[in-house]
Amino acid sequence: MDAKVELPVTEKPKLSVRNLNFYYGHFLALKNINLDIPDRKVTAFIGPSGCGKSTLLRTFNRMFELYPEQRAEGQILLDGQNILKSKEDVSLIRAKIGMVFQKPTPFPMSIYDNIAFGVKLFETLPRVEMDERVEWALKKAALWNEVKDKLNQSGAGLSGGQQQRLCIARGIAIKPEVLLLDEPCSALDPISTGKIEELIHELKVDYTVVIVTHNMQQAARCSDYTAYMYLGDLIEFGPTSELFMKPKKKDTEDYITGRFG
Amino acid sequence: MTDKHLSTQFDSELSGISTRVLEMGGMVEAQVAQAMYALANFSNETASQVLAQEDKVNQMELDIDRELSSIIARRQPTARDLRLLIAVSKTIGNLERVGDEAARIARTVQRLVNTGVSSRLRLPVSDVSFEATLATGLLRKALDAFARLDVEKAVEVLKQDDQIDQEFEGLMRKLITFMMEDPRTISSSIDLVFVAKAIERVGDHAKNLAEQIIYIVKGTDVRHNPVETVESMVR
Repeated sequence: MDAKVELPVTEKPKLSVRNLNFYYGHFLALKNINLDIPDRKVTAFIGPSGCGKSTLLRTFNRMFELYPEQRAEGQILLDGQNILKSKEDVSLIRAKIGMVFQKPTPFPMSIYDNIAFGVKLFETLPRVEMDERVEWALKKAALWNEVKDKLNQSGAGLSGGQQQRLCIARGIAIKPEVLLLDEPCSALDPISTGKIEELIHELKVDYTVVIVTHNMQQAARCSDYTAYMYLGDLIEFGPTSELFMKPKKKDTEDYITGRFG
Repeated sequence: MTDKHLSTQFDSELSGISTRVLEMGGMVEAQVAQAMYALANFSNETASQVLAQEDKVNQMELDIDRELSSIIARRQPTARDLRLLIAVSKTIGNLERVGDEAARIARTVQRLVNTGVSSRLRLPVSDVSFEATLATGLLRKALDAFARLDVEKAVEVLKQDDQIDQEFEGLMRKLITFMMEDPRTISSSIDLVFVAKAIERVGDHAKNLAEQIIYIVKGTDVRHNPVETVESMVR
């Protein structure tokens, strides 16, 4: 299956995936993926369970390397540099490409330290600047007003939606260039979901956002570009408005109209 | 829609709404035919029957519209399903106006009959009837194409609308000649001009429906394009 992957000439790619194959042991989970993720835009991956969308997302910051039997072949270029072959420390790559997971994962420490922890790994900031950074990240994540009076309380005491925004704040506190969101709203209520979607919209001013979602309407609402995947193939990639109004492939149409899934 | 949704309920809602559009189309087509019968036979009674139908058609438009909003709100349709619903929303507006044109003809017939000018003058009523046959035929063809989502047939409808326009112009020239030769026919000739114009608009509505069919199937909005361009757009 060869999906057309060219971006419109007006878009500059931030991440470029070239001939990517991904294996879980002997199982080929991603089949020759070619894709350009545009800079400072929101790109959504949709597709039925097991289509490889989360797998693809997890190759972007080499998260899969935590498991010895998983491997990737091909290239993933961040601003032209192949991160798969890079000699660079993987934690530096992850500092540039942050990730937020399906379930909120606050560290068992205070709200303040949840944000400061990651920053301390990469920068040594004086107390005042660290305070500013924490405030900045919490404001960006639209959480500041709710937690500013209880920064020293445990992050685990927050609601699910607040915890997820805390994780996003933690992700952006180290000022990454790309933010990967793996089903960030699947455990949240509609209001928290709405807040996160609003946040995604604001984040794209500064960051390239890639989101994996089971919720097609969410992809339609908050992404600029959408990729539809099925059984490890990239079936179609294009501007979200076109993909949801007039998809080029019948497979895509069947999926988004609910004729198959 | 050939293939089925995971939700059979959604399927039946969509096919239900298409069926009602066809039903409404059939009603207004019959209305126009009836209005033309009233004109050809100067029948006040038939004209009244046409006018009585208007409320039903209007109610149908409201009902379909309500059903549409409900489907959109509950199902969040995308792609082809969404295009179908948008097209239906526009189409029922067109069909309702076809009903209005039929009512306009019926009212003209009543006026002609009541003023009593009809029998003494030889107006080219049969020419108007011919134009009407073309227009209702075209509307039927468009509805048929809608039922089958047949793009080729829809393009044919677009092409044939020109015929009605030509017929209308020919009729205009004829009526002007009538008026010049016998000024007593002026008032009733003008009535016929309005009837002819109403029929010409029925043809336009059929054309609009055909354009919506192309939008549903191909996703291409072909409105405001000459037929030749449309043909290349849908290929």
